[in-house]
Amino acid sequence: MTTTPITSSGHRPGNTAKSSLHRQPNLPRNRWNAVFTILAGLFAAIVVLPLLLVLAYVVIKGGSSMSLKLLTDLPPAPGMTGGGIGNAIIGTLIVSLIAALIAIPIGVGGGIYLAEYSKSGPFASFVRFGTNVLSGVPSIICGVFVYGLIVATRIFFDQSYSAMAGGIALSVLMLPTIIKTTDEGLKLVPQELRWGAIGVGASKFVTITRITLPTAMKPIATGIVLSIARAAGETAPLIFTALFSPFWPEGLFSPIASMSVLIYNFAIMPYDVQIALAWASSFVLVMMILIMNIFARYLGSLNRI
Amino acid sequence: MTGDTKTDLFRLRRRPWTEKITDQSFRLLATVLASLVGLILAAILFTVLAGSRTAMASFGLGFLTTSNWNPVTNEYGAFTAIYGTLVTSLLSLLIAVPLGVGTAIFLTENFIPLKGRQIIGMMVELLAAIPSVVLGLWAIFVMEPFLRPILGSLHTTLGWLPFFSTEPQGPGIAPAILILVVMILPIITAIARDSLSQVPTELRQAAYGIGTSRWGAIFQVILPAAISGIAGGVMLSLGRAMGETMAVTMIIGNSNNFSLSLLAPGNTIASMLANQFGEADGSQVSSLMYAAFVLMLLTLVVNVLAQWIVRRLSLRYT
Amino acid sequence: MNASNNPSTRPQSSNPAPETCLSLENVSISYGNGKNVAVNNVFMEIPKGKVTAFIGPSGCGKSTVLRALNRMNDLIEGCGLTGRVLFDGQDLYDKRVDPVEVRRRIGMVFQKPNPFPKSIYENIAFGARINGYQGDMDELVESSLRKAALWDEAKDKLKESGFSLSGGQQQRLCIARTIAVEPEVILMDEPCSALDPISTLKIEETMHELKKIFTIVIVTHNMQQATRVSDLTGFFNVTDLVDYEGKVGCLEEFGETERIFNSPAQQATQDYVSGRFG
Repeated sequence: MTTTPITSSGHRPGNTAKSSLHRQPNLPRNRWNAVFTILAGLFAAIVVLPLLLVLAYVVIKGGSSMSLKLLTDLPPAPGMTGGGIGNAIIGTLIVSLIAALIAIPIGVGGGIYLAEYSKSGPFASFVRFGTNVLSGVPSIICGVFVYGLIVATRIFFDQSYSAMAGGIALSVLMLPTIIKTTDEGLKLVPQELRWGAIGVGASKFVTITRITLPTAMKPIATGIVLSIARAAGETAPLIFTALFSPFWPEGLFSPIASMSVLIYNFAIMPYDVQIALAWASSFVLVMMILIMNIFARYLGSLNRI
Repeated sequence: MTGDTKTDLFRLRRRPWTEKITDQSFRLLATVLASLVGLILAAILFTVLAGSRTAMASFGLGFLTTSNWNPVTNEYGAFTAIYGTLVTSLLSLLIAVPLGVGTAIFLTENFIPLKGRQIIGMMVELLAAIPSVVLGLWAIFVMEPFLRPILGSLHTTLGWLPFFSTEPQGPGIAPAILILVVMILPIITAIARDSLSQVPTELRQAAYGIGTSRWGAIFQVILPAAISGIAGGVMLSLGRAMGETMAVTMIIGNSNNFSLSLLAPGNTIASMLANQFGEADGSQVSSLMYAAFVLMLLTLVVNVLAQWIVRRLSLRYT
Repeated sequence: MNASNNPSTRPQSSNPAPETCLSLENVSISYGNGKNVAVNNVFMEIPKGKVTAFIGPSGCGKSTVLRALNRMNDLIEGCGLTGRVLFDGQDLYDKRVDPVEVRRRIGMVFQKPNPFPKSIYENIAFGARINGYQGDMDELVESSLRKAALWDEAKDKLKESGFSLSGGQQQRLCIARTIAVEPEVILMDEPCSALDPISTLKIEETMHELKKIFTIVIVTHNMQQATRVSDLTGFFNVTDLVDYEGKVGCLEEFGETERIFNSPAQQATQDYVSGRFG
């Protein structure tokens, strides 16, 4: 048996063009690659640019006017100078708090139902589908809904516009996010942990409240903080539910100021003082929301489960 | 082995009735809370439908095709707003999709070090957190004045086209489209990024393994594999763009006079609601509710379609 | 019907029959609302105060049967059981029986160590509190940890998280957690499959202590383990059914461990214990 050397098999003929492995930048392939790479980088820059510009203007125009007086005073009457956004800051906090107090129990309860009681089945799929649909309902429609349900009907002590109505409108907006994050957070809990609790004779209620829910607390809390941050910046559901008020909050069933509605109202006024207050309000609002976002990120970065 | 001995034997660790009731009430409570989602949706639909009843009766489907909006004579037609809604959302999508998908590619491929990509990714997410009303304020005082000369030159050179036939005078459809682009970019980018990073590494390696160039692999293998998520994300952003209210209201000019020109002021359903609902009464409220119903229907169709696309197309790669 | 047409209900033994703890009467279990039969026609009497091991190839349904003994299968949607499982003479699957109460009397240790995300102390106190324990909790924690042979290693860090322990220690913590509830029966579902040999040995030593107090049923893949720890062994196998597509588990043979391993009655058992398949 003779063995033939196989050294040349599989190689291209050696005497044609030098088959070098060196990169040839002038090949059309490499040129196109460079063009697309630059284009993608350019796009990324374009996407990031608005954030930088908006933040820069908010900080320059709004941050420069920051003072204790601005944070604690009432807005001035049209044509007057001075004044602040104190009532709007408190109003935003109150309305967001109402929204959170309504949406958190409902959302967490709904999420618990989906993750712990009925993973499949027609009712669970209906709830999941409904949650997705609700999260796609435009925020202005939430406002119209609450206007028709609460403001126009005056069901709260014959009051029309109220902090309560605004809070309810925001809670409708927050609900789908909280249901989803609870559902997904609970799904991250290993099944073995539930078995462990059930195995020592825990009821479903005890298993959920003492083991599953505390274990999934971090992702759920992250989602809740993000949804509150989102709601705090919402305007559309508030403009004809909570309305606005140039005064300090007068209770849950009266119209109430909020930073977002203040920005909307004052931005279109022909007075420089009001426009400056709109920028100041934007600064406070954006800082608040950014801090909540960073806090949520921090929560999310803690060791999960 | 009869039923009688059973009760005796299990009495040792008998659960008190309170514990069983707690267990069952909790289950009931969770079920009720979950069903509230459906209830709220039904209530929204009912409220909007009930509110628009009189307008539906008096204007019928003609409401959708007439553009006369006159509270004095009580004649209402929402064509201008419907046209504005469609044209702003679709054109903003046209601009945002390539930008967003391009950025997503940039963020999932290793063009720049991971740290840099993480920072850009975080900035895109933070952009989504900026309230719409703040973007509107910025649009009024920064973006629109900057844009006006550019749009002006567009009018002088391309003014023979009906879309640029009017002189830009501040607020208008074009600036509204651009602010919508800013608002939906984070959504498209985030969803496209998720879809791209879920493409199996094996697929990527297979493409490189047969000697494809980087962008060859992206266009021929990676993007097609991620198309379901991206398409779903595009639909979701379309729904968001249609319903987006504040920034658009502040910059679109809120005019009910119909004009094909993108440089002229216009309206969307959402901006019309935001602008007029508070001061309206009588048949105007009903007409606005009718318009709200149309908006709801539009976003509903788009969102259901988005879910369907994701479910339908994602079967292949999971 | 079944490949083993005459499954030996009572462990074949020369000794006088001990008191029966759990008895399975014609138990069949299916998943997917009856679509997939996991195990068919099991008859079995598990005696009190002994260690009973379930062995067999994968897919033979031994874990499924084990989980049926304290109604853990209730947690799996679409899982159904026919036949009767008698515990002290009562059918566990009677409509009037509360599965939570069943699990308080029949505890379970799982394949993967699953301590709660709480301190070592709280891991043990959790179950005891649920069961309405009135005594001194510190004492119970100590005695449970001692019985699970974990006291010496854990006594200085009772306030630390259960996750700070090694895998083998975590599994002993789970055993201690189960002991603390003072069930009558402890079910163990391959408790050592995720552990190293040294941890396995420690847990086996623990089991020798525990069988003085509890009835133990253990599922194991490891035949040496079955010979080391168990008094009785049930061999499960997979068979074809005449009127059913796919494989179904069944109890092939059940008897004293020594007899099952040295002179089994069935050829399949002989093949399995001598390592010819499985």
